[in-house]
Amino acid sequence: MAATQTQQVVEVGYGGNERLMMNMGPQHPSSHGVFRMILTLEGETVVAVDAVIGYLHRCHEKLGESLTYVQYPSIASKTDYVAAMTAELAYVAAVEKIAKIDVPRRAQYLRVIVAELQRIASHCLWLGTWCLDMGGALGGGATVFLYCIREREMVLDRFEELTGARLLYGFHQTGGTRYDMPAGWDKKVRETVDFIEKRLDEYEAMLEDNTFFRVRTQGVGVISREVAEAVGVSGPLIRGSGVAYDVRRAEPYSSYGDFDFVVPVETAGDCYARYRVRMVEFRQSIRIVRQALDGLPEGPISSRPAVKSVAQVRVPKGEGYTRIEGARGEIGCYIVSDGGPKPYRLKWRGASFSNLAVLPHIVPGHKVADVVAIMGSVDPVFGEVDR
Amino acid sequence: MTAADARARIQERFGVDAVADGGLAVTLPRDRWPEFARFAHDELGCRYFNWLSAVDWKDQGFEVLCRVENLDTSLVVTMRTRLAAGETRCPSLTPLYRGANWMERECYDMFGIVFEGHPDLRRILLSDDWEGYPLRKDYAVDTPLAPYR
Repeated sequence: MAATQTQQVVEVGYGGNERLMMNMGPQHPSSHGVFRMILTLEGETVVAVDAVIGYLHRCHEKLGESLTYVQYPSIASKTDYVAAMTAELAYVAAVEKIAKIDVPRRAQYLRVIVAELQRIASHCLWLGTWCLDMGGALGGGATVFLYCIREREMVLDRFEELTGARLLYGFHQTGGTRYDMPAGWDKKVRETVDFIEKRLDEYEAMLEDNTFFRVRTQGVGVISREVAEAVGVSGPLIRGSGVAYDVRRAEPYSSYGDFDFVVPVETAGDCYARYRVRMVEFRQSIRIVRQALDGLPEGPISSRPAVKSVAQVRVPKGEGYTRIEGARGEIGCYIVSDGGPKPYRLKWRGASFSNLAVLPHIVPGHKVADVVAIMGSVDPVFGEVDR
Repeated sequence: MTAADARARIQERFGVDAVADGGLAVTLPRDRWPEFARFAHDELGCRYFNWLSAVDWKDQGFEVLCRVENLDTSLVVTMRTRLAAGETRCPSLTPLYRGANWMERECYDMFGIVFEGHPDLRRILLSDDWEGYPLRKDYAVDTPLAPYR
């Protein structure tokens, strides 16, 4: 974390050219977590940002090196607690890759279904909270938020029926999944996505026909392709900046090659472009869920033999980086195995960490009120930033 | 540019054989680290900075890894360099890739590797007065917390 700033009191004259240091956070409601920004202002305009992270740091990498391959997946879900299904999938997929474990096809399809449902739930939370941050300008303040949360609840109900948990699931295990779907679950999932699909049109009508929404998002927080690549942002951020980069397409995992979907790209690079990308992703996720339910193969859900002790699952010596496309972008795990029951080294590449690193490059030049809109459009989850 | 072309050019320019591991993995001496990054950025077109981290190989020193990509041709290059035992200095890539800024700070925070030429090298996740570097292998998980100051 940054050094405590020496307190600077600057009297701002009417010329507006004196600088003022303003502290935003760590408990600011728009950060949806604990995040502090030290803003340097000239009048209302931000001229520099020092982002202070680490308030939620639990040293997941050390934790991963201290727990076995069997124990860690359910802890891995706590990195990105808003999209726990994809977070644990990233770790499990990395272990399977270096251990060369085959995953049964039914498990691969189940993984795709939950990952896409999770993307829908995560985007619902993003849309709702982002619109809440921009507040009164959106006619009624909390309206979009409450609508989105209502839809997200439906997805969480499906996850509860599947795993017994609503937020942190422990659904994946090396070699497959831990649970098969209960009877009638597929029908409920179809009803859920049908319902959400209809609601999406409503959100779009509410937001895109609203002049205030457009004024607050269009041309705000522009990330150029050059900055996006140099900083290493991924997910909706880089796709909003004109790069069709999606791990599901670039390096298909878990049977994503079987499904038909579009990778949305927008070229403007502003908050509105990122909003559009995510709105299309909602529909593409729904498409993938339906295809996966249609083609769900019969068979076993895990290839892992029963073990009596957590230390019995060992991974041969080796190393590798495996990545998946989470709701916020590329989540990856770099694992070095020394042949034991625990990784020798585990590196998390958190999508939010790299995405948030773009803030100091794009915020300067904007007004203070835009900081909230830009940060919301980045969709950081601080569990994943700080790990 | 295909991976095979890139491999040939790396061999020609740096005299090292790139190992195919889903992309190309190149092991370099420490003093050619920034030079290779510049080569990957300008000539191989790897402008996408993915991540940078390190591994503590105990008495064999630290290894620093960095993954960069060319998104147009899907060329992935993992650069690696081994620091000698007891060595904690490594040249910074931040002047070339902006994304290296936070990643190198994290690496400094966790391993104590000092990236020379980094504009703002300070702890990022832990507090400034933290003692020790947690991801080093000699840092015990149950190291007692320093008393609140």
